[in-house]
Amino acid sequence: MAATQVVRSEWTKIRSVASTVWTLSLAVVVTIALGMLISALSKNEFETMSARDRLSFDPTFISFAGMSLGQLAMIVFGVLVVSNEYSTGMIRASLAAVPRRGTFLLSKLAVATALALVVSMATSFATFFLGQAMLGEHKASLGDDGVLRAVIGGGLYMTLIALFSMGVAAMLRSPMLSLGILMPFFFLISNILGNVDATKKVGQFLPDQAGSRIMQVVTPLDDDTPYGPWGGLGIMALWVIAAVVGGYVLLKRRDAQ
Amino acid sequence: MIEAVGLTKRYGDKTAVYNLSFQVRPGAVTGFLGPNGSGKSTTMRMILGLDNPTAGQVTIGGYPYRRLPNAPRQVGALLDAKAVHGGRSARNHLLSLAQLSGIPARRVDEVLGVVGLHEVARRRSKGFSLGMGQRLGIAAALLGDPQVLLFDEPVNGLDPEGILWVRNLMKALAAEGRTVFVSSHLMSEMALTADHLIVIGRGQLLADMSVTDFISANSADFARVRTPDTEPQQREKLSAAITEAGGHVLPEQDGALRVTGLALPRISDIAHDSDVRLWELSPHQASLEEAYMRMTQGAVDYRSTTDQKAGLQQPLPPGAQPPVPVPGQGQPGWYAPPPPQQGGQPFAAPQGVPGQAPAGPYGAPGAPGAAPGAPAPNPYAQPAPQAPQAPPAQAPAAPPAVPAAPPTAPAADLTKPEDAR
Repeated sequence: MAATQVVRSEWTKIRSVASTVWTLSLAVVVTIALGMLISALSKNEFETMSARDRLSFDPTFISFAGMSLGQLAMIVFGVLVVSNEYSTGMIRASLAAVPRRGTFLLSKLAVATALALVVSMATSFATFFLGQAMLGEHKASLGDDGVLRAVIGGGLYMTLIALFSMGVAAMLRSPMLSLGILMPFFFLISNILGNVDATKKVGQFLPDQAGSRIMQVVTPLDDDTPYGPWGGLGIMALWVIAAVVGGYVLLKRRDAQ
Repeated sequence: MIEAVGLTKRYGDKTAVYNLSFQVRPGAVTGFLGPNGSGKSTTMRMILGLDNPTAGQVTIGGYPYRRLPNAPRQVGALLDAKAVHGGRSARNHLLSLAQLSGIPARRVDEVLGVVGLHEVARRRSKGFSLGMGQRLGIAAALLGDPQVLLFDEPVNGLDPEGILWVRNLMKALAAEGRTVFVSSHLMSEMALTADHLIVIGRGQLLADMSVTDFISANSADFARVRTPDTEPQQREKLSAAITEAGGHVLPEQDGALRVTGLALPRISDIAHDSDVRLWELSPHQASLEEAYMRMTQGAVDYRSTTDQKAGLQQPLPPGAQPPVPVPGQGQPGWYAPPPPQQGGQPFAAPQGVPGQAPAGPYGAPGAPGAAPGAPAPNPYAQPAPQAPQAPPAQAPAAPPAVPAAPPTAPAADLTKPEDAR
């Protein structure tokens, strides 16, 4: 069976449910709106900042502040794309039609990831430009050193978050369970681990903290992160690969329930 | 052709299917029968490669499903009618399945017409009734014009017109030389549709034979004989004569006789010889449903019990009668008791069942705990004086636990549990 057939079918599936449009547009709107808001606030705060803070002021990174919330909608998108099949029972019809489960899962992930990539890149560029517009005279421009890398990296970061969620959902199958684990993980646990001194070293290697390094242009003064921007994205990519491989192995082995 | 050899599936320590071997041949509708939980759906899933067998194997045309070349064009299946994303339209659902196997979109509209869903094709399947869902599932099975078709309970939720349509569809598909494998728990439906039957119970094969063989092997023919109701002695006479001639006589409830072991003309001759007039002499066949029930009797996993309603029952005030059960409910051969007698059993608290509130009314007659519901009038019952305390008329609605009178009567004291006092 040609993989193109499966890809076409997955495209039909993904465009014919409302949740795709809802989750993706929510991700776009939240990321951009929150990024603009925080950029505008930072501009007003700049005058009252200490010299030390001014030195590490990173206009690019500030405009991506909305991603901390926008990524949650991306997680929901990734989880739903995969676990829809299980929660509706459609998986049985799908796997009866595509007995080669590897082809099935990889086509599904490919279609959803491509869609997520397009949306994420557009969001990343939009939130950068709109955020910089809010920052007024403190803004960075795309031609500055490392800025283009940060903006493209922001798009990659959101895409990888979605793909990671798909891998986790393929392992866990239930949408409730997947969201119940991923949401607190990214929203709470990762933040807590990253802000407590004792666990900071561990927190740095979690997918979102490692991955978000790529959006920083100006490194903070007391930075002791053991990896650079691309190294961080690489660590995140390893997490994603682990999740996808886990999902693939389990799908291959398990009964399709 | 589907072939299973020694198919076994265990989930943990529960064995869903055990050592199942059968063949499903092309050109016939093969019915797959069994009670709920007997392993029908598990077997179907294993045929489709969705579940991996613990032991044994099942092949379609010689290949395990997961290695079958171009599987969706060879095999079509309806497993679960509701296994559809509710937010997706019927057409898009079929389109995504069609694209998987490279089937053109034209074919989607075709099958939508075949199952009669073309008018709702663009509506979300969330709003579909069970019957519409079944039609959508059947459409999905027909998409690839496959040679092998599997249907799991296809008539569930269909209206009579739909059932007839499915029946004819399957026969037509089989007549075209396809392999059609249909599971059901309705013997009567299979008797009309199938040519061949595979019956399983508790995951094990009970029967694998043609429908006609199944009928002749499992349904005993009998004759119903009725003598004039007005002359019971004629009935006795005929019974004796038939038994003498080697037949078996079983009296029926309405006074007729069920005769087995003798042909109808022979019964007529015997009646004539013994000078008995007949009002009825008719041939009968035990229904297939009965034969099937008898066969699977030992293999039913989920058997209903009578509803004791003990958990709902308030302790009845002393002297109150338990509600009168609905006749015929509970178990076969149960008949309505005589109406409760005025003033009967005023202290009919359970005897010999200390520490237990009066048991439900549907208990098997004679079973322990059912004593208070026993309809036989208590010969030692106190007559009239106590009756007004709790007139039987109050009883059926499970009255609130306000005793009509303080339970001072000795009978109640002896049998009530401590905390009830």
